[in-house]
Amino acid sequence: MRVSCLACAAVMLAASGCATTANNPKDPFEGFNRAMFAVNEGLDVVVKPVAQGYDYVAPLPVKVLVGNFFGNLLDAWTAVNNLLQGKGGQAASDAGRVLVNSTIGIGGAFDVAAEMGLAKHSEDFGQTLGKWGVPDGPYFYWPLIGPRTTRDTFGWMVDTFLFYDPVWRLDDIPLRNSLLATRYIHLRASLLPTDKVVAEAAFDKYDYIRDAYLQHRRSEIFDGELPHEVPEDQSLR
Amino acid sequence: MKPILSMLFALLFVLAPASAQELAPDAMVRQVTEDVLTVVRQDKDIQSGNTQKAIDLVEAKVLPYFNFQRMTALAVGRDWNKATPEQKKLLTEEFRTLLVRTYSNALTSYKNQTVVYKPSKIPEGETTVVIRTEVVQPGSKPVQLDYSLEKQGHGWKVYDVIVAGVSLVTNYRDTFKQEVNNTGIDGLITMLSNRNKQLAAGKK
Repeated sequence: MRVSCLACAAVMLAASGCATTANNPKDPFEGFNRAMFAVNEGLDVVVKPVAQGYDYVAPLPVKVLVGNFFGNLLDAWTAVNNLLQGKGGQAASDAGRVLVNSTIGIGGAFDVAAEMGLAKHSEDFGQTLGKWGVPDGPYFYWPLIGPRTTRDTFGWMVDTFLFYDPVWRLDDIPLRNSLLATRYIHLRASLLPTDKVVAEAAFDKYDYIRDAYLQHRRSEIFDGELPHEVPEDQSLR
Repeated sequence: MKPILSMLFALLFVLAPASAQELAPDAMVRQVTEDVLTVVRQDKDIQSGNTQKAIDLVEAKVLPYFNFQRMTALAVGRDWNKATPEQKKLLTEEFRTLLVRTYSNALTSYKNQTVVYKPSKIPEGETTVVIRTEVVQPGSKPVQLDYSLEKQGHGWKVYDVIVAGVSLVTNYRDTFKQEVNNTGIDGLITMLSNRNKQLAAGKK
């Protein structure tokens, strides 16, 4: 797993080395990113039908179970990140969720805590860094994992390899791989409804996803309470 | 005393029909959302992906509450001021068609979700406000769905829809700006109208 971090870092350095003529200041490595985007679109030719199959075959309660199970694994890390961001109350609530759901919720299969009023949050190390004032840095589009800013790429490495992700830490490799695959397909399936919307809304899918990702992350760092944007120009009516 | 009072109230409503219809923005968002969801929940065609039927529904129930000129201006950004009134009109028409389709498309993927309305405080005299809602679906994190509204005369109109922090309007800003830089306002109008024609023809 160290290797993949190094590989990521190496590609990032390589990408920063080549001079590209990009016109969006947020996306200086557009050439590289578009190539990786094409790679992912290619992979999706295989992944999407599998996700569609899963979506079609698995009844809703099963999907809910799968979502809850992987969600529960992440809740502990959300608690840590909330703590790092100085949100003690939310951290306590997230820790409570893990406690309740791992026990009464049978290993995280049932989100009993939500019924008890402990709402689910979603925090990761990239958001924590953002809260601490670390800027986005150049935007990247990676194979398999998709869009990440430079900050969020490092955040993701910390989330996945350096610190947390219990799935990656499993010693039983076949089990680890099947869990990773299940999680990936579940995630892809949950994105199926947005496919059609993006396909029709976007003039350029790559641009649309980039701009949406950047907006979405900004909103996450502010926990959805973005400062209300007053139109920059009052004559814009 | 009581009948007189109620008559007085009745008279007030007759004299001021506009203010009688005036809904607070949060009440308005709730009413329109529930109206639309009631239809979608019963309509198997929409649920199975009939976009045209969803578009008809949105045009009837949602459109009157949206300020599309304002939305278009926000999406175009600074270049909006360079457009002639005729160009503004064309831009707004084309952008409206595109947005209605996007919004309607999202409705066709409806499955068992419910909408939770977050309490909102609307300060007295405020003319713009964000109403926050959450789309709750079992097994996944709720999706935040916010509406920005502006007071217009007697009512409120939506000028932005924000899904999971992503504004359906300003997400176009960079794309539109680039198009205006390359081909001018007319180029942007052409780009929008070509897109709409393409989508209406049913080919992606």
